[in-house]
Amino acid sequence: MTDSPSAGSPGIDSPGADSPTVRFLTADGAFEPTPGAEEYASYLERIGETELRRFYRDMAVVRRFDQEGTNLQRQGQMALWVPSHGQEGAQVGSAYAARPQDHIFPSYREHAVGLVRGIDVLAIVELLRGNTHGGWDPTDPSNGNFHGYCLVIGSHSLHATGYAMGLQRDGLVGTGDPEVDTAVLAYFGDGATSQGDVSEAFVFSASSQTPNVFFLQNNHWAISVPVTVQSRTPLYLRSRGFGVPSVQIDGNDVLASYAVTAKHLDEARAGNGPQFIEALTYRIGAHTSSDDPTKYADQAQHDLWVSRDPIIRLEKYLRSLGEGDAFFAEVATEAEDFAADIRHRTLALTAPDKSLIFDNVYSEPHPVVTEQKQWLERYEASFDTSPEASAVTKEQA
Amino acid sequence: MSTETTLDELPMAKALNAGLRQALADDPKVLLMGEDIGPLGGVFRVTEGLQAEFGKERVVDTPLAESGIIGTAIGLALRGYRPVCEIQFDGFIYPGFDQITSQLAKLTNRGGGAFSMPVVIRVPYGGHIGAVEHHQESPEAYFAHTPGLRLVSPSTPNDAYWMIQEAIASNDPVMFFEPKSRYWPKGPVDFTASAAPLHASRIVRTGTDVTLVGHGAMVSVLLQAAEVAQGEGVSVEVVDLRSLSPVDYGPILESVTRTGRLVVAQEASGFVSVGSEIAATVAERAFYSLQAPVLRVSGFDTPFPPAKLETLFLPDADRVLEAVDRAMAY
Ligand SMILES: Cc1ncc(C[n+]2csc(CCOP(=O)(O)OP(=O)(O)O)c2C)c(N)n1
Ligand SMILES: [Mg+2]
Repeated sequence: MTDSPSAGSPGIDSPGADSPTVRFLTADGAFEPTPGAEEYASYLERIGETELRRFYRDMAVVRRFDQEGTNLQRQGQMALWVPSHGQEGAQVGSAYAARPQDHIFPSYREHAVGLVRGIDVLAIVELLRGNTHGGWDPTDPSNGNFHGYCLVIGSHSLHATGYAMGLQRDGLVGTGDPEVDTAVLAYFGDGATSQGDVSEAFVFSASSQTPNVFFLQNNHWAISVPVTVQSRTPLYLRSRGFGVPSVQIDGNDVLASYAVTAKHLDEARAGNGPQFIEALTYRIGAHTSSDDPTKYADQAQHDLWVSRDPIIRLEKYLRSLGEGDAFFAEVATEAEDFAADIRHRTLALTAPDKSLIFDNVYSEPHPVVTEQKQWLERYEASFDTSPEASAVTKEQA
Repeated sequence: MSTETTLDELPMAKALNAGLRQALADDPKVLLMGEDIGPLGGVFRVTEGLQAEFGKERVVDTPLAESGIIGTAIGLALRGYRPVCEIQFDGFIYPGFDQITSQLAKLTNRGGGAFSMPVVIRVPYGGHIGAVEHHQESPEAYFAHTPGLRLVSPSTPNDAYWMIQEAIASNDPVMFFEPKSRYWPKGPVDFTASAAPLHASRIVRTGTDVTLVGHGAMVSVLLQAAEVAQGEGVSVEVVDLRSLSPVDYGPILESVTRTGRLVVAQEASGFVSVGSEIAATVAERAFYSLQAPVLRVSGFDTPFPPAKLETLFLPDADRVLEAVDRAMAY
């Protein structure tokens, strides 16, 4: 078996009549649900053309934001950029499926999810610039319960599970009140599925029947390593052995991502236990700005997935519904404005205060950290030859 | 608690049990999680009866996976809970090491102070119990080295009772190292007041010639050594470290200023250990008071040996006294 485009993930390249893979929109934007999509079709009744336009707008804006991130990194504004290009359909659809009270535990590539949940995505720039390790405050309601990025592959799948265990104890699962019942949506990649933590998350969530939806974006690569190295069986099957029901979707179909995530979040909130979604998608560009895909990427596979682009797909569908040029031009302008604003605000960023090193290492005062913070102040002051500064140094000596 | 009166004689395991019971009763957000801690009460019976009393939601028998235990405890802490995780034995903490050092220790800082990580990790540790491999280790240095964690270790039932409650009340992650060879000996527990704050070190025996510092099970070895030394005309002061991160240097330095000699003892291997750190710091801060170099007595820099050889590996009163003699010879 070679690393063919569909290796490890049969079903999506030519979904047959019995394909379990959920897809509503073909790569050409035609509404032709696969057999697997049938049980999810009713969830599309929750959205109308307004929502479709919003999906399109957010996908287009994030793609432009992502491009701007790459540009800014190349211009030295960031140490690193992590592109989301190609995965906007999986991200925007699933993010809109979450209710406001739901909690999201992202990996590090979910810029579109963050945008949908309401964070100021400049915080992602600040994080990758080296201004902060955190970026946004997940306890601030304006950030849509979007928790921090997690760079250790798979770790946060357990945090999401523990959080869901807390929701159970708080009586926020299975009450039947749609305003109360809460689920936790966690994102990770195909590489992450090999981590013990992800398996442990399946074990713990199945054991406690937590309200978790695990959303795998199988973008076919873990940096340079193809998904076939992680798994020789389709990844959506992985969780079943743990007792976590699963489904595979065409992750570049924003409608599939929306409907399937909506259904499984409903199941989770209702108290029916954890759920696992494998979204087949593709990382169109480099893993990060530090990566060189020319060393390993397959041009034919790349081209195939470019032809399945989630944004073009939705554009074609919207046009088939009668949407005209004016709308698409308007979104293009909005995306340009968004990117310009990010650029403008990135260039205005200043270095973080040195107190960031010492503050919040602990929640409560800690003698070593306090002493070292004071030492750094004295040390720096010792280079300052102004009369006031030397007065301070003498006083402290 | 009706059965508990002031100054009960209790073994440390029961004192911990009482402390955990009190913490569970005081705060509905406190919950215990670990392997076999439910109906069995933990392999050392520290949680005996607690699940029956507080229910399965608050005393949780988890799946057998340490990373899973710590990782889900982190999620629970993010949700406002105060999980107390039991690691079954010292040598089984390593599957949870990544969650402890990369996540638990750093999340408060990563989050810019938006939330705390009030998680306690209980680790039965140390030798003297004749057990098989992975059951007698002293891995505290790994965690004392990690910024963002606090690390304490009681040496008496009384400290165990109070320190576990203080650790649970802390808003920071606390590694709580329980000297398992001290689980069974009884000692007085004063249910009315704590002996000292969580991170205080304490002079537990006064003397004038040499200061001995140690923690956990080593404290009783040091007291034994002090007794023998007394008979030989050497007056030994003993400091119970209690907290390994941060270390409370006040009583240690004060003691060394008087005695001029310091021996630091620990079961752990000596290379890059808490003992080395204390030796270096005392040398820096009390240089002019010292009449001898700070000496260290540690487990060898080898894997913990098979149990039949453990008494050779673990520093005993004689090994401590050998160091006392060397210190006195300067
Ligand atoms: C525990 C761990 N090991 C290695 C790395 C380095 N690393 C960063 S991203 C990555 C690949 C992750 O692939 P995947 O899970 O598929 O996510 P993707 O980047 O494709 O979104 C690796 C190996 C890491 N961050 N964490
Ligand atoms: Mg991947």
